[in-house]
Amino acid sequence: MQEMYILWLRQIRRYTRSKSRIIGAIGQPLLFLLALGYGIGSIYQRAGGGNYIEFLVPGIIVQTTLFGAIFWGINVIWDKQFGFLKETLVAPVSRLRILSGSALGGATTTVFQAALVFVISFALGFRPTNWANVPLALLVVILFSFALACFGAGLAAIVSDFQGFQAINQFLIFPLYFLSSALFPIEYAPPVLKFIASVNPVSYTVDALRTLLVNQSHFGLGLDLLVLGITVVVLATFGVVCFKRIEA
Amino acid sequence: MEAMSAVIRASQLTKKFKNFTAVNNISFTVQQGGIFAFLGPNGAGKSTTIKMLTTLLRPTSGEIDIAGHNVLTEQDAARSSFGIVFQDPSLDDELTAYENMELHAVLYHLPRKDMKQRITELLTLVELESRRDSQVKTFSGGMKRRLEIARGLLHHPQVLFLDEPTIGLDTQTRNLLWDYVKKLNKSENMTIFLTTHYLEEAEMVADRIAIIDHGTIIASGTTAELLKQTKTKNLEAAYLSLTGKTLRDEEVSAREAFRMRARTRRMR
Repeated sequence: MQEMYILWLRQIRRYTRSKSRIIGAIGQPLLFLLALGYGIGSIYQRAGGGNYIEFLVPGIIVQTTLFGAIFWGINVIWDKQFGFLKETLVAPVSRLRILSGSALGGATTTVFQAALVFVISFALGFRPTNWANVPLALLVVILFSFALACFGAGLAAIVSDFQGFQAINQFLIFPLYFLSSALFPIEYAPPVLKFIASVNPVSYTVDALRTLLVNQSHFGLGLDLLVLGITVVVLATFGVVCFKRIEA
Repeated sequence: MEAMSAVIRASQLTKKFKNFTAVNNISFTVQQGGIFAFLGPNGAGKSTTIKMLTTLLRPTSGEIDIAGHNVLTEQDAARSSFGIVFQDPSLDDELTAYENMELHAVLYHLPRKDMKQRITELLTLVELESRRDSQVKTFSGGMKRRLEIARGLLHHPQVLFLDEPTIGLDTQTRNLLWDYVKKLNKSENMTIFLTTHYLEEAEMVADRIAIIDHGTIIASGTTAELLKQTKTKNLEAAYLSLTGKTLRDEEVSAREAFRMRARTRRMR
């Protein structure tokens, strides 16, 4: 446990010392929140969709965790490129613990950022409809962040450079985000888009948060949590398997 | 009797990458308390061998024992018995010197109560105690190297691996560094396994030398033995007569090129 704690602590220390990282990682979701929230909000309302900010905030929270975790994966590549990873790989500690401790650290920073976005959204008039559901929403964010952090570390383990990682970001993470229910209601989407969003696991996390925070559900909370559970298991397994295979 | 005191024993070690054989059936032993220099041109198989010895790479075939532990089957015990200073910096720049040491101490299961004292002791040894709470990114190349050595010693290893530890350092720092190494070797009877491209350094500190080229060990012995074998006057001449004078163009992968740029930037 001690080893996992110190690796977790390392991530927290690095995070709190890098002010630019905190601001940078908050900047993107905020931009989305402001530009889309105000830009599309009025049309959305006129089209009868209701309050768009309310609809959007859960999506933006998921965006924060999704990109936060990927950003964290870049840190792992950094460790790999600049040698720190080797220090942990020759230590008498199992890979599983190294990955878990570090990924928990990465997830903690991501959850913190998501919480920050949540708080900032209050300034735009967002309010959760039922505060009693907020702890469960937090749990959803924690699980999703941890799964993504494992995924990011696993990816970093098999990708050798930043360019490769960037490519994955472009071809995997962006589509996963934009082709989910994060930004638009999928019930009105064209059939192809609707289909893609329905098989995209990101949609289910968005839907879970939307259900819990503003009481708008598409798939139903049970299905959302089931898909989230499967996602966590699959991504964590992927992370562990890839990370175990690292050779320097 | 000699085999009894061997602290590193590699036998019939081979590493193949796809259809390229980086290390081809090499065997050697390093005696307890010795300073062993492992030399060879770029791409000869030095780094691959060190990586196999230190559990970072799995050999295709062959056996390695470190301090009596098989590195493949008793991985953690073997890992606890050696310290390593990698060719590339492997510190966390954002953390302080103390935090880097602390992290290592916990990963190597040092008892909490001895930890502080041991860290202070080693930071004092490498003359970094006054900078213990500075972030490593504010350190010079030489200071980072010293810190890495201190870190490698934290868990009382029996063997210390030094992979090109003096690369990019100025003459003063290099001399100081080898002085530490010799001192440690004497005072703690610590076995040193080193690689370097500076042959005068190897000649100065090592009591045994092995030269690897094209994946096989082409010569080994004391400096005197190598000079006698090649009828030369210094190690550099002996080395060149053994390995030839042609340049080795190592295939540099994108990753290594990247690291190299980073290293030169950091050493400034």
